[in-house]
Amino acid sequence: MGTGTDTGPGTGPDAGTGSGTGTDVDAATESGAETPGGRPATARALAWSAGLSVVLVAVVLASAAIGPVSLSIPAVAKASLNAVALPTGLRLVATSVGLGTATATVPVPDLTYTYLFAFPVDGTAETIVRSVRLPRIALGVVVGVALASAGTVMQGFFRNPMADPSIVGVSSGAAVGAVATIALSLSVPFGIQGAAFAGALVTAFLVYLVATENGRTPVATLLLAGVAVQTFLGAVVSYLLLQAGESIEQALYWLMGRLHTATWTDVEVTLPVAAVCLVVLLVYTRDLNVLLLGEEDAQTLGIEVERTKRVLLAVSSIVTAAAVAVAGVIGFVGLVVPHMLRLVVGPDHRVLLPTSAIAGGAFLVAADTLARAGPAELPVGIVTAAVGAPFFLYLLVTREVHSL
Amino acid sequence: MTDPGEKATGGGDGSPLVDVQEVVAGYGNGPVLDGVSLSVARGEFVGLVGPNGAGKTTLLGTINGVLDPDSGQVLVDGADVDELSSKAASRRVATVPQDTTVAFEFPVEDVVEMGRTPHRSRFGGDPDAREAVERALDRTDTARFRARSVESLSGGERQRVVLARALAQATPVLVLDEPTASLDVNHQVRTLELVRESTREGKAALAAIHDLDLAARFCDRLAVLADGDLRAVGPPEDVLTGERVAAVFDTPAAVVPSPVTGAPTVTPLPDPAPDSAAVDRCVHVAGTGTAAARTIATLVSAGATVTVGVVPTGGLAASVASEHGVDPVETSPFAPVDAATEVAARDRLAAADVAVLAGAVTPSLRTLVRDHDAVVRVTGRTTGRREPGDALGAETGDAEEFRPDASATPSTVVEAVRGVAKAPVAADD
Repeated sequence: MGTGTDTGPGTGPDAGTGSGTGTDVDAATESGAETPGGRPATARALAWSAGLSVVLVAVVLASAAIGPVSLSIPAVAKASLNAVALPTGLRLVATSVGLGTATATVPVPDLTYTYLFAFPVDGTAETIVRSVRLPRIALGVVVGVALASAGTVMQGFFRNPMADPSIVGVSSGAAVGAVATIALSLSVPFGIQGAAFAGALVTAFLVYLVATENGRTPVATLLLAGVAVQTFLGAVVSYLLLQAGESIEQALYWLMGRLHTATWTDVEVTLPVAAVCLVVLLVYTRDLNVLLLGEEDAQTLGIEVERTKRVLLAVSSIVTAAAVAVAGVIGFVGLVVPHMLRLVVGPDHRVLLPTSAIAGGAFLVAADTLARAGPAELPVGIVTAAVGAPFFLYLLVTREVHSL
Repeated sequence: MTDPGEKATGGGDGSPLVDVQEVVAGYGNGPVLDGVSLSVARGEFVGLVGPNGAGKTTLLGTINGVLDPDSGQVLVDGADVDELSSKAASRRVATVPQDTTVAFEFPVEDVVEMGRTPHRSRFGGDPDAREAVERALDRTDTARFRARSVESLSGGERQRVVLARALAQATPVLVLDEPTASLDVNHQVRTLELVRESTREGKAALAAIHDLDLAARFCDRLAVLADGDLRAVGPPEDVLTGERVAAVFDTPAAVVPSPVTGAPTVTPLPDPAPDSAAVDRCVHVAGTGTAAARTIATLVSAGATVTVGVVPTGGLAASVASEHGVDPVETSPFAPVDAATEVAARDRLAAADVAVLAGAVTPSLRTLVRDHDAVVRVTGRTTGRREPGDALGAETGDAEEFRPDASATPSTVVEAVRGVAKAPVAADD
């Protein structure tokens, strides 16, 4: 992940400004740098991210090796590298989409790829890894990253430990969209995923509108409006399930969150959305830190509070919606992973957000590997909750939690 | 103390840094501020005093841009704060909020660095950050625990960290909401000294301060805010009068210059006694200190005709007497009472129905009052040796004519005076 070169520029600017300001400051800077808390946040973020990236790669390789056919790690590594590709071309393909009985032809972007590596690997192994296991693992990483980063931002934004990516109704909205499509056999553009994505964003926007008055959105109102809307949509989903008939199993699987239907197309759609959103959120990490001081303080420190809140809310809703649309409602990743990381790296979002994102990816892939390794395949949502909750309780008991 | 010459130089370069013009502001249910105008010049430290709920925090909020005025405007360095972006406003005004609790384990250094937020461009960073943070840490003496978590600090240390954050913000205007409320005496003084120092370097500071004595001691001017309205603005010694404090804070108070700093000090006095306890007698009070001052205030407000003497010149008793329109017979503190003074005192004593000895009493005073028919003794905390239970009691002295009583609250004092007054009056009838 290019860790060796990254640390240099990160620490450079800080050291440079310190040395130009006289001997007193130099001494102070040096003594500050020696103490653990005084290390520049960027350096800490890079060090932690590098460490966690190693963990993520290890989890990915182990996951690709585990399955009905056991593969060796070197073979898996080679096959995985062979799958690494860069998009080198973009063209629009006319695709027919249908809504009800009407159909329309819309241009959909289609990427062409150039593969970077061509290691010689056994054909069967290559097929298993590239066509069966890797799409699922890649989607797991993307969804995990998306949910954990949205969760981190929501917890900081709401200053509430129970906040998770679905707090403003994103997951409930997605569930209504998806379950309605399944249960009522609707024909909508881009299928269940399109319906879930649209349902998620419409719901989030409605909650935002309800909670906003005179251009101000108090987080407490937003939180309560989110809870109310979630409850209402929960009722809608229950009703739809009653109407589902034969398709109830498909609907329930969707609701529990699953990755076994993953395809490279899912990854292609979700990855760019998640990547762009994550970059935007990373740009706002300082603002998130200042927001932790309280909105009034943040405003006197130069944060455009309402605008920042809108950006954070919109971006984390989109990233959550993208993840939920392809994977269903996977609980706990967005709630627990940020908490775990906060206990380890502290509250500074400059460190917390990138580390949570990477850890979220690793966590979801590990959970999904567990979900498919057993005799009967489980929806991954069950595993994330069953594994995540006890581990979280263990952290709570062994490490004192002061806040959030 | 502040050199008077320094005060005069404030605002020397024309327009004031902070100019509040006819501001009406509130939170939706009627205005909290009702047309307030106030200006703070460069180099000036203005204290905002007034009772709880007077609108101090609201006024500060209109200056730092947190609250938009309903009408009127606030100019900071010539620009209307309401129209400025949050970033631009935060480059002009730094705020030390009332509640400095930071519920997250950020290192002190990071919290101070957050003060640089308005100077940071999203992608270009802030080249002056390190120097500004270092200087702020140094000035507030918080560099020692720069790496510690803010959560682990005491209230006083945390207050200094937040002040450091405001200094790192490098603004021309500093707004502080109760900066000394949670601090011990030492830190109160150090904090306000720091604020005053930074105004001497060209900042303008406006602070809501509850402690009137501290406000009077450190501020160049005081603005008295009550019920959303400015009642008075000016140098502390002009603004803080017993009458004004009584009117604004709804409690009688004595204001005397501090013997140490020369700044006005305010001592709240007991509430007036209820009408049922009215005293329509002539009462003479002799004594010292708070006990005498409180007795005088109590008896005056109970309706008694009060004469006072002998009390030490410049003491609390003398000033309270003057505040209540009584001309006291005075003597230099710690000096024997001379003949003329004694005669004046005896005259008033003779005219009084009841004599009250209050506080620590010198032998000469005791001799003076001893001959009177009806004497009440109100003791202070430190008078002689007695049972712990009645340390504050109005009690009998060594002579028989001193009336016993329980404890010296305004009502017991009035009661005791009425009690001893009854007997001779009954004999006269």
